[in-house]
Amino acid sequence: MKRRLYANLQRKIIFVTLLVSFIPLIFLSVTIYYQFAQMFKGKIEEQISYRARVQSNSIELFLKERTAILLAMADAYTFDYLSDKNNLEKIFRIMNNRVGGFIDLGLIDSSGKHVTYIGPYKLLNVNYYSEPWFHEVESKGVYVSDVFMGYRRVPHFIIALQRQETNKSWILRATIDSDVFETLVRTAQVGKTGDAFIVNKAGFYQTRMRFGNEILSKSNLNPTIFGEGTTVQEKMNAEGRKILYAGRWLKNNNWLLVISQDATEEMTRLFKTKQMEIIIVTAGCLMIIFTTIFTTRMTIRRLENSDRKMNELNAQLVHSDKLAALGKMAAGVAHEINNPLAVIAEKTGWMEDLLTEEEFQNSQNLGEYKKSLHKIEEHVERARKVIHGMLGFARRMEPHLEDVDINKVINETISFLESYARTNNISIIYDSNPDLPIIASDHSQIQQVFLNLLTNAVDAIGKDGTINISSKRHDLEISVIVKDNGQGIPKEYQSRIFEPFFTTKKSGKGTGLGLSVSYNIVRNMGGTITLESEEGKGTIFTVKLPVVVPEKK
Amino acid sequence: MYEFSVLLVDDEKEFLDTLLKRLQKRKIKATGVGSGEEALKILEESPTDLVVLDVRMQGMDGIKTLREIKKIRPLVEVIMLTGHANVEVAVEGMEVGAFDYLMKPTDVDELLYKLEDAYKRKKIQEQKIKRLEEEKNTE
Amino acid sequence: MFTFSVLIADDETDFLETIVNRLQKRKIEATGVSSGEAALELIKVKPFDIVLLDVKMPGGMDGIEVLREIKKLQPLTEVILLTGHASVETSIEGLKLGAFDYLLKPVKFAELLEKLVAAFENKASQEQKIRGAKIKEIGRPHS
Repeated sequence: MKRRLYANLQRKIIFVTLLVSFIPLIFLSVTIYYQFAQMFKGKIEEQISYRARVQSNSIELFLKERTAILLAMADAYTFDYLSDKNNLEKIFRIMNNRVGGFIDLGLIDSSGKHVTYIGPYKLLNVNYYSEPWFHEVESKGVYVSDVFMGYRRVPHFIIALQRQETNKSWILRATIDSDVFETLVRTAQVGKTGDAFIVNKAGFYQTRMRFGNEILSKSNLNPTIFGEGTTVQEKMNAEGRKILYAGRWLKNNNWLLVISQDATEEMTRLFKTKQMEIIIVTAGCLMIIFTTIFTTRMTIRRLENSDRKMNELNAQLVHSDKLAALGKMAAGVAHEINNPLAVIAEKTGWMEDLLTEEEFQNSQNLGEYKKSLHKIEEHVERARKVIHGMLGFARRMEPHLEDVDINKVINETISFLESYARTNNISIIYDSNPDLPIIASDHSQIQQVFLNLLTNAVDAIGKDGTINISSKRHDLEISVIVKDNGQGIPKEYQSRIFEPFFTTKKSGKGTGLGLSVSYNIVRNMGGTITLESEEGKGTIFTVKLPVVVPEKK
Repeated sequence: MYEFSVLLVDDEKEFLDTLLKRLQKRKIKATGVGSGEEALKILEESPTDLVVLDVRMQGMDGIKTLREIKKIRPLVEVIMLTGHANVEVAVEGMEVGAFDYLMKPTDVDELLYKLEDAYKRKKIQEQKIKRLEEEKNTE
Repeated sequence: MFTFSVLIADDETDFLETIVNRLQKRKIEATGVSSGEAALELIKVKPFDIVLLDVKMPGGMDGIEVLREIKKLQPLTEVILLTGHASVETSIEGLKLGAFDYLLKPVKFAELLEKLVAAFENKASQEQKIRGAKIKEIGRPHS
């Protein structure tokens, strides 16, 4: 029941302590992590969108340069001049020398016929009139196409422009080298899985991705989610990995440059941080749990101990209260019984006195009378002894405190017994110990203890012997050792020696209360009496008394 | 025949009477009273050698009576009678000047010894006085 | 040999000092005062075994009064009176009041010592009796 109470208390303390230490710790670490992750993600997004911006600028520049040089050529030369294959080839070379990245160059007349062509494909004389880009050029003047297959059956894109010459119009068209373009686009690739590619408005790939796709295949990326400027989006791919996409529209919002990056890969550092944080927090929690349990246990144990001591003290107080009450009662009873006893004794004595008178001498029953009276006296004496013992046992159980000098008490007690000891040739030796402090205790009770021990020692010796008394001061207690070289106490009696009414002396010689009274007195003072004895060699009693410093008056 | 006179003081009448009878039977000039006040009255009037005084009595208690006796008759020797519960009072009495004490129930012979001892002491003192008085008269 | 404490009250300082010194030489704890009042003051603080009391001292209290007070304060303390030949009456009165003995001035030192020892033995035997009683009171007696 008690144990459960403490266990309960311990559980409660541990629970509350852990709660109030864990909640802020976890809250703090989660917040910090969240903030950090937020910041980290922001950084990554910023980085990727920056790359997208830079890359789109360089792509735009690439296209502009190529468009510009083509425009320059168209402005500089006439249709006739350009129809000459040699001239066109010369221009193609110049263009590739200056800016590069062209695969072929062709001149198309207003009917759509490919008039002159410089390039690796057999496209001369092919008619482009029905091609969609042809009309775009006609309507817009300058046109950069999406990627398409065209007659060559190879994905490519072109830059075309129309020129008006007096009564005819013509178109100069150049194909951009997909490899060069793709290489340019891909310079934005980062890391093991980062990618950079372009899709058109409808979501078809304009360049090859790093892994997999065919040009012109439909991308599963919806271009409409990317707004103006640079937009960063986060998507799960088929494998369930988080991919960050940064998109930026270029070429008059016809193309979308997409730079992708595996967020998971980028976040590795963040994960590492997270792991570290988790490890630290876990370790911290474990430490908190450990110390909390440890200290709580210790506290509870202490509490339990002090509670127990308190209870013992209370029990002792109750006990000594009882003894005090018992003592008072015994004193009252003793007095009340003693008076009639005294009267009985006197009356008996008187009767004995009278029996000595002559008239009774011849009485037949004189002997019987005398015997009876003698018996009465004997029993009065017996009752007297019982009362005396009872009083000794019960008297003044309440210790009253005064300044006690143990040396003085011992010497005084020795002086009580000195003459008796001398006649029996017993020497009692005690050298006063100047280290002994004055303690607050009950003088007469302590005296009673030493008197009991000394009379026991004297009785144990009988005749011719030595009693050595020594005292010592320890930190918190005084020990007094009474050693005699008397007959000793048999082993089987040693455990019972402090029991009331236990005596090894001849009946009538001892009440068997002395040691029991001493034991109770010393125990009530918070001390101990122990004994060591060997039959035939002697007995050593050790009294330990706590040092209670007297109050300054 | 004893030459001293004894005054018994005890409020337990039965005890007093019996002890008185026993002492008288031993040819001791003994009188008895039941209280300290009566004892003092008698002592004022007539010289008594010894007093046997119960320490626990109704009215004036033993110690107080003793002090008064010692005040009016310093040479009177007092023996205290005590029960077991009041031995310390008897001891206190001896410190105040009582000659000795005895426990109740009393052994008459023991009481007699103590009375004789007490009287011896008183007599020594009286002899000193007597000598001095004789000296004075011879001058 | 036991040692004991003696208080000497006498207004004649020469006599007082000499006697104190001679007693101290014999390891007897001797203290001197020059009036009855001073003797009483001292006795209230510290008990003495024996008081040697001059019955005729100038000042408020006469010797008999001091004796009465001493016997009231310390009934066990033995008092020896110091008297002149002219004051036998006082000695008798003192003995009747419980003084242990008297000494005639001028005092023979050997006689003084003898009476001091006798007084102390008287007191010691009474104290021994009290101690015996105390043993009986405190614990089980040797009966």
